Amino acid sequence: MLLVPCPNCGPVNAADITYNGESHSRPDPKTCTPEEWRTYLYLRENPSGWLVENWYCSSGCRKHFKLERHTLTGELREPLLPGSKPGATKGDMK
Amino acid sequence: MGLIPGSKTKPPAKYSAAGLLWRGLRKQSWPRVWREPEFKDTYDVVIIGGGVHGLATAYYLAANHGITNVAVVDKQYLGSGGSGRNTAIVRSNYLTPEGVAFYDRSLDLYNSMSNDLNLNVMFSERGHLTLAHTDSALRTMNWRAEVNKLQGINSSVITPAEIKKLAPSLDVSTDTRYPILGALYHPPGGTIRHDAVVWGYARGADAYGVDLYQKTEVLDILCDGGDGPDGKGPGGKVTGVRTSRGDIHAPIVVNCTAGWASTIASMAGVLLPITTHPLQAAVTEPVKTFLPTVVVSGSLHVYVSQTDRGELVFGASVDPVATYNMGGTLEFTEELAGHVLELMPGISKMRLLRQWAGLCDMTPDYSPVMGPTPVDGFYVDVGWGTYGFKAGPVSGEQMAACVANGATPDLIKPFELSRFTEGTLVGEKGAAAVGH
Repeated sequence: MLLVPCPNCGPVNAADITYNGESHSRPDPKTCTPEEWRTYLYLRENPSGWLVENWYCSSGCRKHFKLERHTLTGELREPLLPGSKPGATKGDMK
Repeated sequence: MGLIPGSKTKPPAKYSAAGLLWRGLRKQSWPRVWREPEFKDTYDVVIIGGGVHGLATAYYLAANHGITNVAVVDKQYLGSGGSGRNTAIVRSNYLTPEGVAFYDRSLDLYNSMSNDLNLNVMFSERGHLTLAHTDSALRTMNWRAEVNKLQGINSSVITPAEIKKLAPSLDVSTDTRYPILGALYHPPGGTIRHDAVVWGYARGADAYGVDLYQKTEVLDILCDGGDGPDGKGPGGKVTGVRTSRGDIHAPIVVNCTAGWASTIASMAGVLLPITTHPLQAAVTEPVKTFLPTVVVSGSLHVYVSQTDRGELVFGASVDPVATYNMGGTLEFTEELAGHVLELMPGISKMRLLRQWAGLCDMTPDYSPVMGPTPVDGFYVDVGWGTYGFKAGPVSGEQMAACVANGATPDLIKPFELSRFTEGTLVGEKGAAAVGH
């Protein structure tokens, strides 16, 4: 079981909330080419190692947050709500 | 481009009943099935991944195109990845015409495989039932049946009474939480012994002179002239691979690595539309044969078949969180047991023997990624998600044609990597996955 530290709710079972995959910065839909947009939509780094990803606390506080996780060992680094700085969150940081 | 056929072409040695008797009476042992080759540093083609896809590609390169200066490298033993971890189900009742044509060719090859490879792969054509528990699922089944019939595939929608006749252990009553409303019945579907398929292709390829390197991990892909660092990336070309046993020079490198596809492709500077998710499966203790067909339920996220030994093999949908970790989870066992008992309440006393997981390379449209990449000479046969085993033979055949002729064959044209930047996806989710 993967325990995900939600910044608001503390540790929650990953099976209870929503995993939204790799975190990428979105190109501006008004100015980017269709190829750039599709690259953003479909292509993924998918590393076997550290990855910044998006989570949605769908059965708790309903906040989106980012988390850095090692995709092989399952180790976690501190969760970050969008816009917040490392160390500024109040969740359980185990 | 096109490669020049080599001269070493001989068919594999024959296994036969007479041979068995002869060796048995004279107490002779069998020769090694494939060689342990000396490490060589130059090949025409290097195939990364010694599973069904990689070995089939090597075999058909040699058998159909006469290209035998080929190496297959695997970081583990042959068939240690998805080829040895799947639930060994084959079928061709897909949803899109492209998908149906493709998988039907694969089923043809599986049908004649025991003869072609001279190795019993234990193909059991036992029929395949896809259950519908909702009106919308039943509508999709009707749609699939009509698409299949148009292409000459034996596939039809049957009623709960007919399902009960085919598989009496299923609960088709209406007082369950998800009553069975009907099923897509596909008689040519069935199961096959997956290890034998791997060994058959390995033995065949080896007899043609293909070198199979086990326990040889690819550490890097050597490139030249690309946009990225070290000449990697779009616009460049492949010059070889760096392995744990030394460098191998080759103008063509084929990536057949399933779950690890992205990590290998990134060594050449190629981004793939793939995320890696584990799929868990489990097997029960053996009992007398009572389940004659393969049973799949999309809504309940489970598929079941009984092996020749009598064990029930269960598979599920992929885990929702992307990871390269193949550990099992309690959630899976709980969910699986609950769903299986909804289908077959009579087996509640059976015990699970073991569970395991394999890595699936999932694409956004549930179709594979095959053919050339922006790096010249670097080919991919990946993105096979949860359905790679049933497509192994045809992928090998088509990838071999693609590599040998330097042009993508029509059958796999729809599956090129470029479809993701051109926006021409092949949506197979309705027929390829159970978790929807």
